[in-house]
Amino acid sequence: MSIVRAENIKKRYIQGKVEVHALRGVSVNIDQGEFVAMAGPSGSGKTTVLNIIGGIDNPDSGQVIVDGNNYSDMTQSKLAELRLNKIGFVFQAYNLIPVLSAEENVEYIMLLQGVSAKERKKKARAILDDVGLEGKYSRRPSELSGGQQQRVAVARAIVSNPAIILADEPTANLDSKTGESLLDMMKKMNREKDVTFIFSTHDNMVMEYAKRIVKLKDGQIENDIIKDK
Amino acid sequence: MYFQLAWRNIWRNPRRTFVIISAVVIGVWSMVFLSAFSHGMLASMLDNGKSVLIGDIQIHNKKYRIDPSIDNSMDNPDKIRAVLDKTLPQGAVLTERIKVSTYVSNARHSTGAVLVGIDPENEKKISFLGKSITKGEYLDKKDMRGILVGKALLEKFDTAIGKKLIIMARDKKGKVASKAFRIRGVFNAEMEATEKQFLFITMTGARKLLNMEKGISEISIVLNSEPMVEKTAAEIKNRLDTELFAVETWKDLLPMLKAYVEIFNGFMYIWYVVVFVAMGFGIVNTSLMAVFERVREFGLLRALGLKPWPVIRSVLTESIFILLIGIIAGNLLGYVSVLLMKDNGLDLAMFGKGSEFFGMSRVIYPILTMFDVMNVNLVIFFLGAVVSLYPAFRASRITPVEAMRQ
Ligand SMILES: Nc1ncnc2c1ncn2[C@@H]1O[C@H](COP(=O)(O)OP(=O)(O)OP(=O)(O)O)[C@@H](O)[C@H]1O
Ligand SMILES: [Mg+2]
Repeated sequence: MSIVRAENIKKRYIQGKVEVHALRGVSVNIDQGEFVAMAGPSGSGKTTVLNIIGGIDNPDSGQVIVDGNNYSDMTQSKLAELRLNKIGFVFQAYNLIPVLSAEENVEYIMLLQGVSAKERKKKARAILDDVGLEGKYSRRPSELSGGQQQRVAVARAIVSNPAIILADEPTANLDSKTGESLLDMMKKMNREKDVTFIFSTHDNMVMEYAKRIVKLKDGQIENDIIKDK
Repeated sequence: MYFQLAWRNIWRNPRRTFVIISAVVIGVWSMVFLSAFSHGMLASMLDNGKSVLIGDIQIHNKKYRIDPSIDNSMDNPDKIRAVLDKTLPQGAVLTERIKVSTYVSNARHSTGAVLVGIDPENEKKISFLGKSITKGEYLDKKDMRGILVGKALLEKFDTAIGKKLIIMARDKKGKVASKAFRIRGVFNAEMEATEKQFLFITMTGARKLLNMEKGISEISIVLNSEPMVEKTAAEIKNRLDTELFAVETWKDLLPMLKAYVEIFNGFMYIWYVVVFVAMGFGIVNTSLMAVFERVREFGLLRALGLKPWPVIRSVLTESIFILLIGIIAGNLLGYVSVLLMKDNGLDLAMFGKGSEFFGMSRVIYPILTMFDVMNVNLVIFFLGAVVSLYPAFRASRITPVEAMRQ
């Protein structure tokens, strides 16, 4: 069953007088439970694709359907609700609210969703344990390493059982060892909780983790490889 | 958790928060203190103005205002007394006076002055005179030859208690009457002019001197509540023949004072506006800075699924925390500074001698009214919250995409 369907997405940006064609017609289908890497050189359009799938950027043309919701029929407000309930984001950096502890950062999303205080606490701790942060619940982001911060971000993304998690270069700010262990963790979550992950990277080593690699070049899909294994 | 979040956010940059808090504190404090101070100043001006033989309401012969001579006295006051009996509210006090211009002299000096015949007991309750005898004694009702003089006149005449003054005035029959009075006491007034202007003798003494049987020059009434003044005056007017009698309130009698009160209120409003504009700019500027420093965070919140309104709300919550802290501290400071001056007042002498000119006392006792405090707080709180809407609105307009490209 396809959880993400993007059809012929086009996007250009006007920067000063220059027109940049960030996406020139991208179509992609992603099924529930996939672990997909968006690859490609800098400027190829990875971030733009993820943002459009995540509903924080609008395509100029084309359609995006996530978990049965067609974005072109939706108001900004409905899109925000969809993001809150169905989409998890992990960015390259600055993922966390600095004044909240790890646990509170994870709880915050559930608070917005209206989950009760007791359940919030229980779920937040359980998921932090899952991503390998047991005992670091009350640390502020500044008291966590870069890798640990990214783990909190993944925990926050997973905790509300979203349809997809979009991670834009989640390992870019980490050294390779920390990056690998983050990906191991993501993969474990993908396997155990059947969450769909779509992440971008230009690091070949990181790509190795993916079961499927969508390669972008100049705003178009160059190839789409599903590894059997 | 929303409150926790806001609370922690405002302490992320304590220096900046303190800047805003100080702006609010200074605003609240200066407004509270200034309104208390100006209230005290006004009250002192009013008290001084009214207590120098004015009161709240006065009744005269209609012609007296134009020509305050003995010919224009009210020769049959019984009718008026009867009217006042019916109209005056509880707690009102009145006194009657005979007032004529006079020529006063001793062996070496002479000057013009106003001779006032008073009912010593009632006068005491109403005007400054009762509290102002600094040397000698007050007049006794039956004293036919005693006189009270101001300190300035006493010094000018180089005389003393127990000595005589010669009073000359035109009597009711048009003849010049002249008689010696003995100085019984000396009064002090807020203004030197008052001390030189008035001389007080008893009503009976005045009747004898001026050959006046029943007549009086004026009736002065003091009510115990300002809001009653206009109403009572209107009622008295209703019942008296206004062709014959003039019924006037202190506002009619002291038009300068009334103007001062208005100018004063005007100044207060200007000050409010100045304080507020300064404070408002301070708040908007610093909060905008805080918002722009946190662009990534607001972008993140929107990406996570916050709608614009919750973002506005969270920024506003922070501003309101800061406002409340500032308002509380400002009130405490205002209250403390008013309290500090409660006993000794603020001595205007340090600003020079000029203040006497305005008819206020040298020492001002601030008066803090609940109404003023509420006003100041509500105004600062609401206007503060309103100007904070702008930075909050700006924060809500930050989109995740532009935030991430920073
Ligand atoms: N908001 C924007 N305004 C102007 N141009 C933009 C904007 N966002 C993206 N672009 C341009 O669109 C193209 C695609 O950008 P995108 O960020 O999607 O690439 P990317 O593959 O994520 O690159 P990187 O690996 O550097 O992150 C680039 O040429 C970029 O300069
Ligand atoms: Mg990118």
